[in-house]
Amino acid sequence: MQPASSYILSATGIDKIFPGAKALNRVDFSLRRGEVHALLGENGAGKSTLVKCLTGAYRRDGGRILVDGADVDPQSTLEAQNLGIGTVYQEVNLLSNLTVAENLFLGRQPKRFGLVDAREMNRRARALLAEYDLDIDVTAELAAYSVAVQQVVAIARAVDLSGKVLILDEPTASLDTHEVAMLFRIVRRLKERGLGIVFITHFLEQVYAISDRITVLRNGQLVGTRETADLPRRDLIAMMLGRELVQEVAGEHGAKGEAGPVRFRFRGFGRKGHIQPFDLDVGAGEVVGIAGLLGSGRTETAEILFGAERADSGTAERDGRTLDLSSPRAAIREKFGFCPEDRKVDGIVGDLSVRENIALALQARRGWARPISRGEQDRLADHYIKALDIRTSDREKPIKLLSGGNQQKAILARWLATNPDFLILDEPTRGIDVGAHAEIIRLIESLCEKGMSLIVISSELEELVAYSSRVIVLRDRAHVAELTGSAVTTDGIVEAIAASAGRADP
Amino acid sequence: MNPRYLPLTATIAIFLIAYAVCIAQYPNMLSTRVIGNLLTDNAFLGIAAVGMTFVILSGGIDLSIGAVIAFTGVLLAVLLQSTAIHPLAAFVLALAVTTAFGALMGAIIHHLEMPPFIVTLAGMFLARGMAFVLSIDSIPIKHPFYATLKSVYYKLPGGGRITLIGGLMLLVFAAGILIAHRTRFGANIYALGGGTATARLMGVPIGRTTVMIYALSGFLAGLSGIVFSLYTSAGYSLATVGVELDAIAAVVIGGTLLTGGSGFVAGTLVGILIQGLIQTYITFDGSLSSWWTKILIGLLLFAFILLQKGLILATDRRRRHA
Ligand SMILES: Nc1ncnc2c1ncn2[C@@H]1O[C@H](COP(=O)(O)OP(=O)(O)OP(=O)(O)O)[C@@H](O)[C@H]1O
Ligand SMILES: [Mg+2]
Repeated sequence: MQPASSYILSATGIDKIFPGAKALNRVDFSLRRGEVHALLGENGAGKSTLVKCLTGAYRRDGGRILVDGADVDPQSTLEAQNLGIGTVYQEVNLLSNLTVAENLFLGRQPKRFGLVDAREMNRRARALLAEYDLDIDVTAELAAYSVAVQQVVAIARAVDLSGKVLILDEPTASLDTHEVAMLFRIVRRLKERGLGIVFITHFLEQVYAISDRITVLRNGQLVGTRETADLPRRDLIAMMLGRELVQEVAGEHGAKGEAGPVRFRFRGFGRKGHIQPFDLDVGAGEVVGIAGLLGSGRTETAEILFGAERADSGTAERDGRTLDLSSPRAAIREKFGFCPEDRKVDGIVGDLSVRENIALALQARRGWARPISRGEQDRLADHYIKALDIRTSDREKPIKLLSGGNQQKAILARWLATNPDFLILDEPTRGIDVGAHAEIIRLIESLCEKGMSLIVISSELEELVAYSSRVIVLRDRAHVAELTGSAVTTDGIVEAIAASAGRADP
Repeated sequence: MNPRYLPLTATIAIFLIAYAVCIAQYPNMLSTRVIGNLLTDNAFLGIAAVGMTFVILSGGIDLSIGAVIAFTGVLLAVLLQSTAIHPLAAFVLALAVTTAFGALMGAIIHHLEMPPFIVTLAGMFLARGMAFVLSIDSIPIKHPFYATLKSVYYKLPGGGRITLIGGLMLLVFAAGILIAHRTRFGANIYALGGGTATARLMGVPIGRTTVMIYALSGFLAGLSGIVFSLYTSAGYSLATVGVELDAIAAVVIGGTLLTGGSGFVAGTLVGILIQGLIQTYITFDGSLSSWWTKILIGLLLFAFILLQKGLILATDRRRRHA
C-alpha cells in the first residue's frame, strides 16, 4: 500500500443523495500519478455522479477529497479547474453559440493591456487543435461542426486544463476508430508526464487497451478496485452486473431470422449533396446492417429513409404500394420509426417524465386529438422500463435526471412503443452497458421474429455481424457494397470499408 | 460571410436604405443637424438599450429600466430642489442606488432561481412606486450646473451639434462593444446565453456574472435617467413609461437573438438609429400621425424575428450536413 500522498487524487467515503435516490454510498476512489484508471459500472451505477462530486459540479453529502495529499473542497467546476482537474462531462456539449477558440479558452483567455487578445487566442487554439490533426476555422461557431469534431474540441479543452488530473466521461461515444486511436496517443503522452487519468466507458476493449487499474461501481456502491492485468473480462463483467452474463454479445446467435419476402423496396432513392441514389430491399423480419466510417453517409441514409430529409429522386414502395416519406410525420403514419444517433439534440425532452417521453412518438402518430389514456401510458412505460431495464426511481421522474445510458434506453422504448413495421436504429447500443447491451440485442431479435423490418446502423461490427442477415457498406455518401450470407463477417466489412481511397472526413 | 454577421448586416442595410429614401424625399434630412439631433434625442434610450443588450445576450430580460429612469429623474429633482447637494454628488448617489438595485435583482434571479421576467417586473413596479413616493408632480430642475452641462457640445461642420448627452451615448456604446468582445466578463455573458447548465460545467461563475449583468443594466438605466433629466430639465414619476419595450425593440432590430447567446452591441446602436430615423421622417412630413412610428417599428420587429428564425433553420441545416 502506498502512502496516501502518492495518490494524486483520492476520495474516501463519498456520499451523494438525490431526492428519492442515494446515488453514491460511501464510495472510495484513488488515482495514482501516471495511471489510467477506468471507472466502470452499469447505466445508473453512479459514475457520472462521482465525477461531478470530484469536480465540484455537485455538492457531495459526505466524504473527503484529497488532491496531492491536501484536503480540497471544490465548490464549483472553476475551482476544480484551478486545482488542475480537467474534465469532459458525459453531456459534453460545449457552448455552440461561441466560436471554437472561445470554447477552448473560456475563462482563461489570453490578455493584452487588460483586454482579451482575440488574435493570440485564435493562434493558440489553432496550435492546440493541430495536436489532434484538426485543421478547422477556430473563429467559426462551434455549432457549424459535427458532433465528432465538437467532442474532440471538448477533449482538447479538458486536456489543456488538466495540470494533474484528466477525467473523461464516455469521451469515445461519438468518435470513430481513427479518433479513438488519436485520443489514446494523447492519453499515453499525458500519462508519461505523470498525470492521473480517469476514463469512463462501456467499450470493454478500450478498457483493456488503455487502463492500468479498474474501479467498478454498482448501484452507487463501490464493488472494488483491481489491476487491469489481473482481472479477466468475464470477472469484470460479473463485478459490474453482480451476476454472470449468460451470453456476451458477439458470436453466432441462432438462426438470423430467415428473411421473408421483400416488403420494402427502394429504387434510386437519394438526395443531391446528401446521399447518392441507392437501391434497397428489406424483407419482413429482416435486419439489414449499415456500416461505414463517420461521415460516410450512414446517418444521411437513415434520415432520408425516415423523411427527415426529403428524397429528390427514386421511389419507395411497400408490397407494391407507393409510400409517402416526405416528412417524419408522413413516415410515422406509414409505421416507420427512427431512433436517432444524437439523442441529446434529437431525442429527449428533458423536463418531461420518463412516461411522457416514452409515450411521445405513439401519441404523435395517433394525433393529438386522440390522447392515450393515462392507464395506457402507465402500462406502456412500466412495460418498457422493465423490458429494457431502465433504471429510474419511478416513471414520473423527469428524464433529464436519469443517467445518460438510461435516457438512451427510454428513447429506444419510445420507438418500440409505436410498434413500427420499419424501424431504423442509429447506434442503438452506444453508451449502454454490457448487460443492457445483451438485452437490446435479444430484443432486436425478438422484434424480427414478429415480422418487423429493421435497419441498424452501428460502428460495432461484431454486433452488426451478430444480428444482420445483410450488411450494406457506405463510403463517401454512397452505398458501395453489400455483403450477404456467409460474407457477413467482421473481416469482410472491414475489407469493404478499407477498399475506399481514405477516411471520409466528417 | 459568417452567418452570425447576417442580422447585423441586414440592420445596417435597412438603415442605409431607409436613410436614402428619406433623403430622396426630403433632401434636408441629409445634414449634420439631423444626425446631431438623432443622437441627442435618443441618447437616454440608447444608453439604457446597451444594458438591455447585455441582459438579453445572457438569456434574460430587464423590464425595470423605464421605471428606473423615471425614478432616477425624480430622485435627482427632489435632491436638487430640497438639498444643497451638488448635481455631481447627486449623480453619484443616483448611480449607486440604481446599480445596487440591479445587483439585488440579479442576486434574486440567481439565488432564488426565479425567472428574470418576474423579478424585473416586480422591480419595475417597485421603482415606479418609489418614484411616486418621492413626488407625484413634475419637478423642474433649475440648477445652474444643468445649464452649463447643456451648453457643452461639439460643433460639426454644417451646423450640427454633438451634445454632451449624444456624445455620452456614443461613448457608452464604445465601452459596451469593448466589454462584449474584449473582456472575460463579456465572454461569460455570451456563455450564459448559450446555456446555463453547460456554462456552469465549463467553469463560468454563473452567480457573479448574473449579478454583474443586472448591476450593469441598473447602472446604465441610472445613467440614462441622468441623461433624461438633463434632456428634459425635470423629474416626473410618470415619465418614460414603456421605454424598456423600446429598448427591447432596438436590441432585436439590432440583430440580437431574444433567446440569448447571439448578437452585437453595435447592432443595438443601429436599431436605435432606425427608430430615431422613423421618428424624424414623421416630423419632417408633418402630416403623418406619430403612431406610424409604432406601426413601422412593429413591422420591422416582425421582419427581424422572421429573419432570425430563418437563420436558425439555415444554420441547423448546415451543421447537420457539416
Ligand atoms: N440531478 C439528479 N437528480 C436525481 N437523480 C439523479 C440526478 N443525477 C443522477 N441521478 C440518479 O443517480 C443515479 C446515478 O446516475 P449517474 O449519471 O451517475 O450514472 P452513470 O453511472 O453515469 O450511468 P451511465 O453509464 O448511464 O452514464 C441514477 O439512478 C440517476 O437517475
Ligand atoms: Mg454517466
